[in-house]
Amino acid sequence: MSTNNTFNTLNRRAFLRNSSLAGGGLLIGFNLFQACKPKVIAEPAIDLASLDYNDFNAFIKIADNGAVTIFSPNPEVGQGVKTSMPMIIAEELDVAWDNVYVEQGILDTNNYTRQVAGGSQSIRFGWDALRQTGAAAKQMLVSVAAARWGVDPSECTVSEGVITNAAGETLGYGDVVKDAAQLEVPENVPLKKTSEYKIMGKDTPNVDIDKIITGKSLYGMDYKTEGMVYASVLRPPAFGQKLVSYDDSAARAMPGVVDIFTIGEKLRGLAEAVPRITGIISDSDKIVVLANSTWEAMKAKKAIKAEWEEVTKAESTEEHDKILTNLLDGNKFETLRSDGNVKKALAEADQVLERTYESPFLPHSCMEPMNFFANVTEEKVHLVGPIQTPEGTAGFVAQLLGREADDIHLEMTRIGGGFGRRLYGNFAIEAAEIADKAKKPVKLVFSREEDMEDGIYRMSIKYRIKAGVKDGKVTAYHLKEAAVNSNMYGLVPNFFPAGAIENYQVDTAKYDSNITTGAWRAPYTNFLAYAEQSFFDELAELMEVDKIQLRLDLLDNVNPEEDERIQYSPERMKEVIKVAVDKSGWGKKPEDVHQGFVNYYCHNTHVAEVADVEIENGEPVLKKITCVVDCGIVVNPLGAKNLVEGGVLDGVGHSMFGELAFKDGKPTANNFDRYQLLRIKDAPVVETHFIDNGLSPTGLGEPTLPPAGGAVANAFKSATGNRLYKQPFTKTPELLKVPEKEIIG
Amino acid sequence: MPTYQINVNGASKTVDVAEDTPVLWVLRDHLDLVGTKYGCGIGQCGACTIHVDGTAMRSCSLTLAQIDGKSITTIEGLSEDGTHPVQEAWKEVDVPQCGYCQAGQIMTASAFLAKNPNPSEEDIENAMNGNICRCATYTRIRKAVQIAAENMDGYQLFT
Repeated sequence: MSTNNTFNTLNRRAFLRNSSLAGGGLLIGFNLFQACKPKVIAEPAIDLASLDYNDFNAFIKIADNGAVTIFSPNPEVGQGVKTSMPMIIAEELDVAWDNVYVEQGILDTNNYTRQVAGGSQSIRFGWDALRQTGAAAKQMLVSVAAARWGVDPSECTVSEGVITNAAGETLGYGDVVKDAAQLEVPENVPLKKTSEYKIMGKDTPNVDIDKIITGKSLYGMDYKTEGMVYASVLRPPAFGQKLVSYDDSAARAMPGVVDIFTIGEKLRGLAEAVPRITGIISDSDKIVVLANSTWEAMKAKKAIKAEWEEVTKAESTEEHDKILTNLLDGNKFETLRSDGNVKKALAEADQVLERTYESPFLPHSCMEPMNFFANVTEEKVHLVGPIQTPEGTAGFVAQLLGREADDIHLEMTRIGGGFGRRLYGNFAIEAAEIADKAKKPVKLVFSREEDMEDGIYRMSIKYRIKAGVKDGKVTAYHLKEAAVNSNMYGLVPNFFPAGAIENYQVDTAKYDSNITTGAWRAPYTNFLAYAEQSFFDELAELMEVDKIQLRLDLLDNVNPEEDERIQYSPERMKEVIKVAVDKSGWGKKPEDVHQGFVNYYCHNTHVAEVADVEIENGEPVLKKITCVVDCGIVVNPLGAKNLVEGGVLDGVGHSMFGELAFKDGKPTANNFDRYQLLRIKDAPVVETHFIDNGLSPTGLGEPTLPPAGGAVANAFKSATGNRLYKQPFTKTPELLKVPEKEIIG
Repeated sequence: MPTYQINVNGASKTVDVAEDTPVLWVLRDHLDLVGTKYGCGIGQCGACTIHVDGTAMRSCSLTLAQIDGKSITTIEGLSEDGTHPVQEAWKEVDVPQCGYCQAGQIMTASAFLAKNPNPSEEDIENAMNGNICRCATYTRIRKAVQIAAENMDGYQLFT
């Protein structure tokens, strides 16, 4: 087949020989977020074992028989992007979803951008680029078919991977892919209208469902290679401690033990070079046991006798509690936003309300404990495992070992839960130092106890909110945050009710702890939403106005066009409120159903939730949460609903039960016997409604979590008369009961 | 180290491990049956659930002596091709998010339904309460167990 004529008729800048790769595979990559310049990658970054496949770009591979493989670029932590991101490509590529095979892409900074699972941003940031990818590939395929027929591409139509011309002749994608793959990648290709979608908006099962239900190897914990040994690490028993000496003679004599040594030198070097990583890496040396099996490594670790010394003071929850209260009472704040004059407005107010809300530390409790595989050889550094930030982590490993970035080959496994914990690749960096020292392939596995005792926790925070009311209007709002280690990030002070109240101020203060803390699903808002939305309810009670009307009235004051810092849309917020009132039967429930309302914006998404608490045998029981979400276009409703329900129940579970207390520098719980997670009996029904507005997709992994705690607290207040100011709510069981006189009555 | 004969998914296997090795790690590290998951190691989360003579048990807390002469079924052996009614219901409802706990959930549900094919909602919650799902797919687990119950009639276990 001669293709010369074809190429002469097309705008061709780069002719890429498909003999450049062993066996004839061709890989063209382009960075979708910058200029779409094609480039040849010297070596296949992916398995090109199937030699009849042709690659358009780093996302799409089409076989001569028309079968399509789409690479999903981002880590899959359970948020469903391994299904939904390829759906977006497949939609614009115009292929039948049933013919699509999805593979997890590896870390590949040449071809992909932002391979991160975090901030609920995969779909939002990927939306334009993924659609362009599919559409560009489709245009290339159609161009070849049109040239072969000698017709204009505009005369061709495509359905499910088959190109048809005006005369009714057809060519499959597989028939034209070899030529199409050699074309320049077009830019700014027209995209489909939402009304033309055939794949997006349809319930699409998780692409890994068959593997999950049959127990196939999918996760980092499951990964094995020839000659691999298992590593278990003995860590300082408390925060602030350091290794002095150890005796491993008994452990060395135990069956299966391969070696015992310490790590820490290289990690400290890295921490010195990269100050921002110091917060997640302990100064202390750690003792590593290498063994032939996980159990042998964990068991031998227990036989090591180690001596530790206190370098920095052991902390406790009791102390944190006092310190945070002192910070709130003090005057050392950083002001993140200040409108008008809060002090003056409060002084002039007719009524003032001030309340303080408290939250504990939380572990992430990913069901798959932290683990990572590493093999360090002269040729490359091979890393495999569950990580939300593959690029950042690979960079740290390169720096740790003094290697070039190109030496690091990182493969992402399916991830058994992230919730923010796996944004911090300290376990992968540790695995690399261990493997470098061991000179053999190593899998580092945390026990559940290590996972919980050596976490990067959601920090304890207290909020104090003070509002002033004058002439029946909220005139002042002052939010103070006191937090362990770090304060809310810059956008949060511009969430609701910023812009709605004339005199508005957000102040933050922090206390530097030696306990490691970090992002936890919906950072800051996971607790702030409950505090503010409980406060609005109480404010409405004080003002003797309708709780929902107060929120709507406040939203009426917001004009984002006048204040570009405002992050939310008052119109979209009002719409979710309206729909939630309608769908939850707000105000129309029988007497023994008590409801709590919350509306919230975070991660670019507007949400309203209503909790129903019913009295059963005299006890208030949380029965149902109605959740209304405006996340724009819903790519995969089946997966999206799952994520909404999970987020809501995560918020319910942690606000009800979650608490990791510290004593003598260490958590008082280290496993699920003493740390309580939500179980099925305590899980209310979740009813989900999406707003159908055709707008570009926003975030969904996090935004349904923050409102849940507030909705639960407000519903319990309605049922019991008690306001809940402390999380977890079960810590004050007396407040979760209906007062006795009401039962008698 | 001593040698043990164990009957897993209808086949007799020989393993050479220390006597205190929990069955979980025998399955995962020695027999390459990695579908059975490590979650807590103390029988609290249910991710490691297997069937021992048809009863759901936590493999992290079982010794080899405790399964001597008994038949073990893991998620890999629940059906030949993933078509056990519980697996099919899990697929129909699209239960998983991260998926890590789901093999344990399926093993608990399948042992429960084999003994109680017509469960009430309360029965289902009691049976499933020992299995944690950190992603909180509980509403779908409830639904999937109910669907599986309707399709359990006459189903013969693979092993």
